[in-house]
Amino acid sequence: MSQVITDLKYAKSHEWARLLPSGLVEIGITDHAQHALGDLVFVEVPEAGRTLEAGAACAVVESVKAASDVYAPIAGTVVECNAELASTPELINQDCYGKGWMIRVKPASASALEGLLSADAYSAVLAAEGG
Amino acid sequence: MGRKTPLYGIHVEHGARMVDFGGWDMPVNYGSQIEEHHRVRRDAGMFDVSHMCVVDVRGRDSRAFLRHLLANDVDKLRVEGKALYSCMLNETGGVLDDLIVYFMNEQWFRVVVNAGTRDSDIAWMRAQARESVQHLEIIERVDLAMIAVQGPKARAIVAELLDPQDRDATLALEPFNGRVCGEWFVARTGYTGEDGFEVVLPIEEAPSTWRALVAAGVAPCGLGARDTLRLEAGMNLYGNDMDDTRNPLESGLTWTVAFEPATRDFVGRQALVDIKAAGGPSHKLVGLLLEDRGVLRSHQKVVVSGVGEGEVTSGTFSPTLERSIAFARVPSGTGQSVQVDIRGKLLPARVIKLPFVRNGRVLITL
Repeated sequence: MSQVITDLKYAKSHEWARLLPSGLVEIGITDHAQHALGDLVFVEVPEAGRTLEAGAACAVVESVKAASDVYAPIAGTVVECNAELASTPELINQDCYGKGWMIRVKPASASALEGLLSADAYSAVLAAEGG
Repeated sequence: MGRKTPLYGIHVEHGARMVDFGGWDMPVNYGSQIEEHHRVRRDAGMFDVSHMCVVDVRGRDSRAFLRHLLANDVDKLRVEGKALYSCMLNETGGVLDDLIVYFMNEQWFRVVVNAGTRDSDIAWMRAQARESVQHLEIIERVDLAMIAVQGPKARAIVAELLDPQDRDATLALEPFNGRVCGEWFVARTGYTGEDGFEVVLPIEEAPSTWRALVAAGVAPCGLGARDTLRLEAGMNLYGNDMDDTRNPLESGLTWTVAFEPATRDFVGRQALVDIKAAGGPSHKLVGLLLEDRGVLRSHQKVVVSGVGEGEVTSGTFSPTLERSIAFARVPSGTGQSVQVDIRGKLLPARVIKLPFVRNGRVLITL
């Protein structure tokens, strides 16, 4: 079974978002997503300063078998990206909710996270997908 | 729902991730594709290849029939058990399939064809047989399964499962040779670039044999690892690297076409002779090593400065090299370096003489 963390927000497209004490939002892909992709071998994240549109492709994760887009769960501006992923993309497989975070974003609005799914709602999405 | 091999239940039981492959439900991995890859390079892994089809060609016209049917020449096969890799072509020289043919005896050749083309292959073979020969039977062996056990430790482990009287002779097989061991046929062939055996056996014996191999330490491996292993080994995949619109000369398979003796008339010969007479094929298949970070994938555009364009036919991340590698069909005049369009960026790649890896050893300079 895929792990879903209670205090995070989720997008149907299998990204998670975490509100940090600084007000920035940390973004990554879910356990379900990393498991479906398999061993990750390459991650392309947006550079700091780039403006993200909610729901638009913002990063690419490549496993041995395929490349997949990662969609921005919220609108905002990229402040920082996880430089570790360039040399160790497998961090996403090993710890997708922790060391495998991808970008930190300054949200476009304070209510940006409100439109996202709770852990329970995301779990229901996974159950409906059969995963 | 796709077709299922006799080992389907075991794959699911072992937690395999199943995918459709040529109409078959097959395991793509059992957890980590990269780990499975390394097990084959370093130790021993196995693949359920029962979706591939064993076709027995029997009768006294078998040799003559196959000399006409195949682009390689089965007259090279004189020792029982000897194997030959060949393409089967259409009249325009396009590759209908690539296959291995084993010489069992003068009345019996065994052909192993790909899963995705098995039905069309058998129909083609029967049609060709009707036109040319009399004393021939083409038998689809739906009663047989096939397990490929590959890796430096593979042969010794398989030998332990054989009847004691078969062990020494089977371990003594040279590469690309096989022998009958009771109800089994064991051949020193494979699709990984490692040593190993491919075991053809009755489907009733496949599950117990698979379990015995697991117990002996052989890692179950999926089609994912099979793909990265064959790419590193420089081996073509039918449907990706060649198909019925591409001839062997533009697919890195010229070495498999026996133009001599010139008197042998095989299907597709005239088309290939015409291409050679007109100055050779316009394209060639080469290996690529991506110089930058990223992953080469099939259908990415290849740009060859001053020469033209080509296309990646198969690409992946190589677990052994920890770099991205590919095969690409590029203009014949392509030199040592190209660029590949990955999501709109042109990244440099080096043209490589295949293979990248063989018998656990890296054969290229990174």
